[in-house]
Amino acid sequence: MNFETLVFYFLATILLFAGFRVVTARHPVHAALFLVLSFFTGAGLWMLLEAEFLAITLVLVYIGAVMVLFLFVVMMLNLNIEKMRAGFWSNLPLAAFVGLLMAIEMVLVLTVAGRTIGGAPVRHAAGYSNTKELGLLIYTDYVYPFEIAAVILLVAIIAAIAITLRRRVGTKHQDPSWQVSVKRKDRVRMVSMPAEVGPAGTGSLPPGAQKEGE
Amino acid sequence: MNKIKSFFSTFLLIELLKGMALTGRYMFARKITVQFPEERTPLSPRFRGLHAQRRYPNGEERCIACKLCEAACPALAITIESAQREDGTRRTTRYDIDLTKCIFCGYCEEACPVDAIVETRVFDYHGEKRGDLYYTKDMLLAVGDKHEAQIARDRAADAKYR
Amino acid sequence: MTDTITLLQGFFGFTWPVVSNLAKIFAIIVPLLLGVAYLTYAERKIIGYMQVRIGPNRVGPKGWLQPIADGLKLFMKEIVIPAGASKGVFLLAPLLALGPALAAWAVVPFGPELMVANIDASLLYVMAITSMGVYGIVLAGWASNSKYSFLGGMRAAAQIVSYELAMGFALVGVLLAAQSLNLVEIVNGQQGGMFNWYWLPLFPLFIVYLIAGVAETNRAPFDVVEGESEIVGFHVEYSGFAFAIFFLAEYANMILVATMTSLLFLGGWNPPIEVAPFTWIPGFFWLFAKACFILFLFLWFRATFPRYRYDQIMRLGWKVFIPVTLVWLMVVAAAMQTPYGYLFH
Repeated sequence: MNFETLVFYFLATILLFAGFRVVTARHPVHAALFLVLSFFTGAGLWMLLEAEFLAITLVLVYIGAVMVLFLFVVMMLNLNIEKMRAGFWSNLPLAAFVGLLMAIEMVLVLTVAGRTIGGAPVRHAAGYSNTKELGLLIYTDYVYPFEIAAVILLVAIIAAIAITLRRRVGTKHQDPSWQVSVKRKDRVRMVSMPAEVGPAGTGSLPPGAQKEGE
Repeated sequence: MNKIKSFFSTFLLIELLKGMALTGRYMFARKITVQFPEERTPLSPRFRGLHAQRRYPNGEERCIACKLCEAACPALAITIESAQREDGTRRTTRYDIDLTKCIFCGYCEEACPVDAIVETRVFDYHGEKRGDLYYTKDMLLAVGDKHEAQIARDRAADAKYR
Repeated sequence: MTDTITLLQGFFGFTWPVVSNLAKIFAIIVPLLLGVAYLTYAERKIIGYMQVRIGPNRVGPKGWLQPIADGLKLFMKEIVIPAGASKGVFLLAPLLALGPALAAWAVVPFGPELMVANIDASLLYVMAITSMGVYGIVLAGWASNSKYSFLGGMRAAAQIVSYELAMGFALVGVLLAAQSLNLVEIVNGQQGGMFNWYWLPLFPLFIVYLIAGVAETNRAPFDVVEGESEIVGFHVEYSGFAFAIFFLAEYANMILVATMTSLLFLGGWNPPIEVAPFTWIPGFFWLFAKACFILFLFLWFRATFPRYRYDQIMRLGWKVFIPVTLVWLMVVAAAMQTPYGYLFH
């Protein structure tokens, strides 16, 4: 057993533990945190396979963005934990059955279909750039699937915005663009008012008092 | 035209740079910090700091226990008890000022008919326990004895405005 | 030099990789923490000077020991854990804030050969690691079991996630120009004097990166996260050393952003003019000087600008910076296809 295998088993143990805790954690925020941990260890495993671009992207996208928003939602919702856990035992048999079925399917796909699990990937020379290879593949062989996926994502973004966007009438709100574009001279008029020199109470304004300054 | 001008001045961050130039200039301006224990700002003769009880030049304490200061004190910081001394004069047996209550308004000083209770220029005193700031008659007299020269000068300087 | 290394190798035997890496990590973290300490001192001094004050000058000669006294004070204080707080997460959050701020330094090069790890996608690594710093803030806000700190954490997280996009787009411009994700190659692409540095062809992206960096580290004028004079932030419930760790993370992130800006846009360790007296000075010094300049700008901003309102921050991030970066990216990408493309390399 070399060092790499040791690291693999170490990470795999953490990954399994974190995955288990995602399902069993009492509080949804803790569950989300364990999901973050499992993503991170997953990225570590990919790093072992020399897929550093994918690993870093996993961290950047899933941990850095998706899970943050996920945590946002979980924290904002005032979840009733007791109510959520009420039906645990009655739902367990069905869930266990589905889980088992999925596991069996995965084993079948990965072993019977002529593929083998494991087998260390081919080592590459130092100058080999994973990122470049990936980019070349995406933009040559898989250009249409890639672009279609991108368009679908774009449609999803616009749809999500369209669904949640509502223009309420009668709400008072500020428009920061308009506010920051205001200049001093739009609001303030400097008027030059020389001090009165005549005897007090005469009521006559000195010449030039009405004149605008600036 | 104005729109275009403001568009460009926004994107070229003209106003931000102007602001930064101003603060940048002030970085080299002469500093106005007063380095407190070594340097002190001048104080007015009317400065209202730590209280003191005064004595006449012959050593007799001024206070006649009229309790006007106690009545005038808006923070109820002054407590006075009085008794007759052997020579038949009315004197205080207890004159306490709780400085944690005092708001340094100076009403006690104004109320006093004999200039007995005064506020001095001393402002940098402290107490390590809460009780340290409860000044009794002896402590107030001690403050007065210590700063009598300064107190007398301040009263003289302010006398013509009273 | 190589003799000493072989000698040490012989001494430590098979544990040498662990020992040498630990030594490298210490060689980065100790100066970094010292830098953080004296950045707080510089901040107080510089802002003081700009406000016509003189700043701290009592502890030690000219106040040089002030940051150490501050650190000691925080270290001696009690860590109060609020009632009803999620204790584990409450204590984990400061570490989650500090960890990424330190881990990102693993790939930051201080010279052509001077770094802990030279990995291919080092720029991406820095982005990925720094994007994890937001967890510390969100979790600190949530675990404190306080409405104020929760809202502060939400504000902070939304702000950081928004400005990360603008920052990422600005970095895409650098990638276009350098055609590499490796920080060493990005810096090597900027050789040949200050007019070959990327700040000139990518000027809008440089400005956007700098300002987004200020927002990303929650510094004034984008400091609605803590906004000490008006509102409270995610770390109201933290005291003592737990608070000090958040403080450390914020300043370590500042130094990181400053260093990254100098690496990506200001030519890293390349001297501004490639003639004799400038090339004699070691590259590390130039990087240090550039990072210090950017840090000075951070402090200058804080002394100059009033705090942004929250909706204005969001508008600036989404409606100004992202369109600006996208437009300039298209300009750069299009220009690279023309005969004048060499101007952008």
